[in-house]
Amino acid sequence: MKHNKTILWVLTCLVSFLCGTFAFSQEPSPLSNVNAKDTPSDATSITITWGKTPEDSDIIGYIILRNTNEGEFSVLSPQLNADATMYKDTKAIKDTKHAYIVRAIYENETTIDSAQTAAVQATDQWFHTGKIALFLAMLLFSAAILGSVYYARSGKEVFVRRIPGLEAVDEAIGRATEMGRSILYVLGLGSVDNVATIASMTILGQVARRTADYETPLRVPCNDPIVLNVVREMVKTSYLDEGRPDAYQEENIFYLTGDQFAYAAGVDGMMIREKPAAVFLQGTFFAESLLMAETGNSIGAIQIAGTDSEHQLPFFIAACDYTLIGEELYAASAYLSREPMLLGSLRGQDWGKVVIFVTIILGVALELFGINWITTLLQNVR
Amino acid sequence: MKRQIPLALCFLFGIAMIFTQFSPHSYSQAVYKEVINWGLIISPFALVLAVVTLIQTHATRIRLRTEHWQYSLIVFVGMIVMVLIGVPDGPQNSVFVWLYDNVQVPMDATMFSLLAFFIASAAFRAFRARSFEATLLLIAAMLVMMGNVPVGDLVWNKLISWIPGSDSPESWVNSTANGASGIRQWILDVPNLAARRGIILGVSLGVISQSIRIILGIERSYLGGGD
Repeated sequence: MKHNKTILWVLTCLVSFLCGTFAFSQEPSPLSNVNAKDTPSDATSITITWGKTPEDSDIIGYIILRNTNEGEFSVLSPQLNADATMYKDTKAIKDTKHAYIVRAIYENETTIDSAQTAAVQATDQWFHTGKIALFLAMLLFSAAILGSVYYARSGKEVFVRRIPGLEAVDEAIGRATEMGRSILYVLGLGSVDNVATIASMTILGQVARRTADYETPLRVPCNDPIVLNVVREMVKTSYLDEGRPDAYQEENIFYLTGDQFAYAAGVDGMMIREKPAAVFLQGTFFAESLLMAETGNSIGAIQIAGTDSEHQLPFFIAACDYTLIGEELYAASAYLSREPMLLGSLRGQDWGKVVIFVTIILGVALELFGINWITTLLQNVR
Repeated sequence: MKRQIPLALCFLFGIAMIFTQFSPHSYSQAVYKEVINWGLIISPFALVLAVVTLIQTHATRIRLRTEHWQYSLIVFVGMIVMVLIGVPDGPQNSVFVWLYDNVQVPMDATMFSLLAFFIASAAFRAFRARSFEATLLLIAAMLVMMGNVPVGDLVWNKLISWIPGSDSPESWVNSTANGASGIRQWILDVPNLAARRGIILGVSLGVISQSIRIILGIERSYLGGGD
């Protein structure tokens, strides 16, 4: 019995010694699961991934090393955080093989390198696979618009709902003519590459046709010199088309300033001094929207505003007589010109809205039943 | 020809730029960057154009002594002074910086600060409860304003404490425990955001539709005249 106890005591001591020796002599093991692969849907980058660091680990960060065509490894990245599990090498050389090592940095300043990854080559991709849904939606929407344009071209009538703001254009011009006062047309702060500015210019073209007929002075202060030149050309053409080139006055379309608040001050000054009977505020607006709209309101002008800047819409609605909300601005040229092809595109746009509406309703209904593939699909659109 | 060439260029570049949005290939991205750079080249020309147009407009007003021509004189004085001070030493010149900080910035700030008064007058008109919609707007605005001020929660909690049964933990009143700031956040996050998103969706479709019309040459009024 005593003999057995001695053996047990010796064994316990031996196991304790071995465990202690093992614990004190154990070195941190290199990282596992280090992979490098060509990043999908991009030009020339390689993504390096590795396993997540355990929470009780002494690792304080990582550094990525890279070699080119089996050459020497050199440091590629700055020190990454301990919770990092991925690094994207955006400086990978196209059609060149790169291998990577992930170097773990420990609290006691020791470093352990992982095994080097297999050599990877960054290749260019022609199509972004993450944008397939977006691409299909664009094709579908474009097809709806083109189909509707051809539908309208075949002579079939296209119904367009009444837009009070656009119905009031003639009323505003007529009022200015009767009062013998000018019309002030403000295109906002957008440059010529802004779609809302282009939409505003097309409305101006239609307004200019009517002012040419009625010989009503049309004043257009511009914020952008390129917009100024395009607008001059457009208004001149409208006057020519109406057979009134003599009524066109180039000095009425002028550059005011490129500064936001100086522009607002200039336009407000014109309103106070000249007291136009009608004011059109169409295009892209920012904080100056209310400064202009309230001044126009204070002089009693009939005001028709339109913008796609949703933050400025409440100001226009509060201060103007009529407001074209968002998409109505883009529909204006079709509405005013009544050109079948333009009207057809509005019909296509409405089909797009129907598809979005149905998708939202369907998505909500499916989510209620725990089916979330529409949500997932939309979340994956990048 | 005056129209055909711009229309063809518009179509070509429009399609190319759409393609670059779906293609990450280095060639297509290089095309994208190059076209954007071409756009930047226009800026210096636009600056010259702006100065020439400004001089033309105001010189004509001074020459013809049109009404308020004196303002045009001030434009010239301001422009010449800033050019004379700014061009030799660049925008770091201390006098140039002083003039900018003490003339331009305060004038901009003055215009911007006018917004507060204009918002008050516009809100007064918009919030008059003359219809159901205006009344709804008024109530929503009052709640949002109340939620924006620190005393709002205190006032709200005091008001709901007077509602019978509010001391019971099961009372519906306790669901508004976050006070006016909670109601404000709900108005902004739910009905307001829903309406905004509706507008944004409509605008986005409108922009795409307008872009297709321009790229395909259906909408060509922006080109001005001439065939």
